[in-house]
Amino acid sequence: MNGKPLVSIVSAGLSKFGKNDGLYGRELFAEAVKEAFDRCPKLEPKRDVKAMFVGHMGEAYEHQGHMGATTADWAGLLNIPATRTEAACASSGAALRSGVYAVLSGLADVVLVGGVEKMTHRSTAEVTEYLAMASDYPFEQWHGITFPGLYALMATAHMHKYGTTERQLAQVAVKNHHHGTLNPKAHMQKEITVETALNSRVVASPLKLYDCSLITDGASCAIITKPELATRFTDQPVHIIGTGQASDTIGLYERQSLTSLQAAKLAAKTAYNMAQITPENVNVAEVHDCFTIAEIIAYEDLGFCKPGEGGKLAENSETSLGARLPVNTSGGLKAKGHPVGATGTAQAYEIYLQLTGQAEQRQVKNAHIGLTHNVGGSGSTATVHIYRSETQ
Amino acid sequence: MNTPETFTIEQFYKFIAQGKLMAGKCQKCGKTHLPPRPLCDNCFSQQFTWVEASTKGKLLTYTVIHIAPEQFQHMAPYVVGIVQLENGAKLPGIITNATQEKIQIGMNLTVDFTACDNTQTWPQWPRYCFKPA
Repeated sequence: MNGKPLVSIVSAGLSKFGKNDGLYGRELFAEAVKEAFDRCPKLEPKRDVKAMFVGHMGEAYEHQGHMGATTADWAGLLNIPATRTEAACASSGAALRSGVYAVLSGLADVVLVGGVEKMTHRSTAEVTEYLAMASDYPFEQWHGITFPGLYALMATAHMHKYGTTERQLAQVAVKNHHHGTLNPKAHMQKEITVETALNSRVVASPLKLYDCSLITDGASCAIITKPELATRFTDQPVHIIGTGQASDTIGLYERQSLTSLQAAKLAAKTAYNMAQITPENVNVAEVHDCFTIAEIIAYEDLGFCKPGEGGKLAENSETSLGARLPVNTSGGLKAKGHPVGATGTAQAYEIYLQLTGQAEQRQVKNAHIGLTHNVGGSGSTATVHIYRSETQ
Repeated sequence: MNTPETFTIEQFYKFIAQGKLMAGKCQKCGKTHLPPRPLCDNCFSQQFTWVEASTKGKLLTYTVIHIAPEQFQHMAPYVVGIVQLENGAKLPGIITNATQEKIQIGMNLTVDFTACDNTQTWPQWPRYCFKPA
């Protein structure tokens, strides 16, 4: 038997991910919230939801800050306390973590956590600039280092140290694109081949177009409560049994290692200890594949394999649906898409579906333990959450 | 000069403009900070001494940026890397005079103070670059 439930997810929602022309972020958020409410008819939102935490990375995209109150307003949840959390691409992993703090503190019994980002109306150059704001300004951005550039620096180091290949990176993209075809809410619904990925345009060597996640519009949410209250709202709660979050230097250049993310390793260690499980117990995981190399490093940081063996895990299809440990069954950031502020709780949404048997074509059989890994910036923030189904 | 408020990123770049790579050495615990910081992250002291850092180092990792931010697009593709200097500090930067074929991890580089110009209104910083030794 593993760790006791800290909080329980009683519902979750996700907007369609993609290029949602004509929709503001707050409207996408309302779509996600509506799904969560519909899935949980015993919940009376205005009576029961006592607080909100919403991940949102950047005011620049929509010229809109103050996303806590904005989303509470459009979700019909005024006048509850509503706070935006910002940790770059881990903004809603931090929202989920904040929700856990709130419930465990006893200050709020039912909390809505979520995230949102509206990005596709901006040019690629603009999005590149806004995303780079999550990295160090005076020593990285100032010297022309882009976000793909930071992960490319890690990829070069990983390939040099361990012999990881561009083909192995491509295999991560092929897998996640395949999983995306099984997810009707994914941004991309297209199979790709290793050759397509390898022959795509170079963004920052060795990373090519198909090594990069997508610029996407989307929103996500989950409703969490005290474990002892969960059955009041649903017969199928999903329990969070471990949570970890850690920080690291804002500049990649100051890290001890260029081939692993210490923040992710620390967050994972905390979460595994709390959950009283080991990596071998995980049945399904959503990891932060903002770039293909990030998924390979995630395998290693989360203990799914030894350091340096992440590339082989991808090459041997050990993380594909039907294999030992399916990773990113949603399509991941690569194919489902990466509306940055929405990603952390979108990962929680996928695990919620998997552990309640609602993942349809991409359902992992006998999935009882799930894990999410959400990374901000080049690894300056990481959150890891571990989930268990009610029936184990 | 040696007051805590001078151990700033702004002052680091003022030294770069003078062709110097300067670090802040903590007077209490001895830790050298490159770039400098006003609060020692090891012992929380605010007392530092400026020390000149070595401008020689080895390349730890690199990438060739093809898709660049707007202000760097005229340079693309360009090489950036992280360099470990002889004193152990690490700095990222653009690497000039190195083609993709020639560049390799472990190669010797030196800091170049003159190759990059500044067209920004803010901040008014120069850039340092690296070039093959």
